[in-house]
Amino acid sequence: MDDHAVVDARGSFCPGPLMELIVALRRAQVGATIELLSSDAGSAKDVPEWLNKVGHMLERSEQDGQGVWHIFVRKMK
Amino acid sequence: MRIVVVGGGMAGTIFANNLARRLSSELRAGKARITMLTASDRHVYQPGWLYVALGRMTPDELEREQASLLEPGIGLHVDPVKQFNLADNNVVTEAGKTHEYDLLVIATGSRPVPEDIPGLQENAIHCYSADNAMKFYDRLNEFKGGRILVTVGLPHKCPMIPLEITFCMHDFVRERGLLDKTEFYYTYPIGRSHSLENVAKWASPEFEQLGIRQETFFNLKEVDGANAVARSEEGSEIKYDLLVTVPPHRGQKVIEANNLGANGFIPTDRASLHMQGEHGNNVIVLGDTTNLPISKAGSTAHFEAEVAAENVASLIKTGRAVRAYDGKVFCFIEAGRGRATYAMFNYSKPPQPKAPNAAMHAFKMAYNKLYWASARGVL
Repeated sequence: MDDHAVVDARGSFCPGPLMELIVALRRAQVGATIELLSSDAGSAKDVPEWLNKVGHMLERSEQDGQGVWHIFVRKMK
Repeated sequence: MRIVVVGGGMAGTIFANNLARRLSSELRAGKARITMLTASDRHVYQPGWLYVALGRMTPDELEREQASLLEPGIGLHVDPVKQFNLADNNVVTEAGKTHEYDLLVIATGSRPVPEDIPGLQENAIHCYSADNAMKFYDRLNEFKGGRILVTVGLPHKCPMIPLEITFCMHDFVRERGLLDKTEFYYTYPIGRSHSLENVAKWASPEFEQLGIRQETFFNLKEVDGANAVARSEEGSEIKYDLLVTVPPHRGQKVIEANNLGANGFIPTDRASLHMQGEHGNNVIVLGDTTNLPISKAGSTAHFEAEVAAENVASLIKTGRAVRAYDGKVFCFIEAGRGRATYAMFNYSKPPQPKAPNAAMHAFKMAYNKLYWASARGVL
């Protein structure tokens, strides 16, 4: 696995996974990859929707055997 | 055991008092010692600033002398920590005094940083200090109509403030007879009106009923004060006549200066509340200072402090910790028109907010007075 920051937002209803990702991306360097861990199925939909609006890249998104979503995002600007 | 508590806000104060009550005999016998190092001789009930901003409370109602709140046996030093020497189990204060510890509790809180967003500090009002809340009131009091724009920065403390300030300003403007000259424009960083889905499901219809316009996926990038325009990371531009913000926050500078955590938030174990990393065995982190993915709120600080105090007391008495923090948060939500509701949740159970009512608003107003019993570790 490449070297990247992990944002563990499992069990986060408030502020929630997307807000945790927004904060992490703001402090990341352009080109950096962040792996978001989320136990909220809604993240698989709302994270890509926001990335599309703001212009960062969804590298991949997958769910593990425990039901946790691993969403890999690259900061583009 | 020498216990040093860094910070005299909600988390540090509730922890120290709760622990002192549990260890009264050990403190008297000299088997335990609790020292608090804090930056101010005053203790402030920060949730009250919302009411100052609306002209409903005055700042003096929200303050007590810190010394008056602490249990006997807690050594208070108004001398904040400058240096954390975790490898040597000591901290050094601004006055140059070294305090050795067996257990360190870090509860230094968070601070608003509107200056992190270009133009925000100079052009927006917010209610995250007594002075700023009074300026907020002055600007709202002078308001004669136009568009009131609400923006929300991340992260921020008090997750209900975006909704509460909007509902309460709507009341204020209606009571001044200015509603027909005013447009409320509410923005939020994600794709709904609040981070909690069930709260958003309640709030959005309330906004619609009141004619409050909403724009989601709005993360403030900059404010152009000359043209009175707010621009988002997502490419949106909104004109305003009065810009109201919930500013982004950081942890305290001393946390960043000592390389304890990015943006001043310390990596913390979500169950034990111990700091992560090699020195975490005898370091506990509470309240806004943690990097946990939960609300930065007074209730979070309160519930964490209770868990930590019970564990530390048990550790001293029996050699074992007994509780894990489950992520519990309880937030009142002022809903305007003399009503309120609440959201209670933890790591595994989302909130199920009820319809707002007058009784919950009365309870919130009562809690604003009862808080001092919470600070003392009684309630």
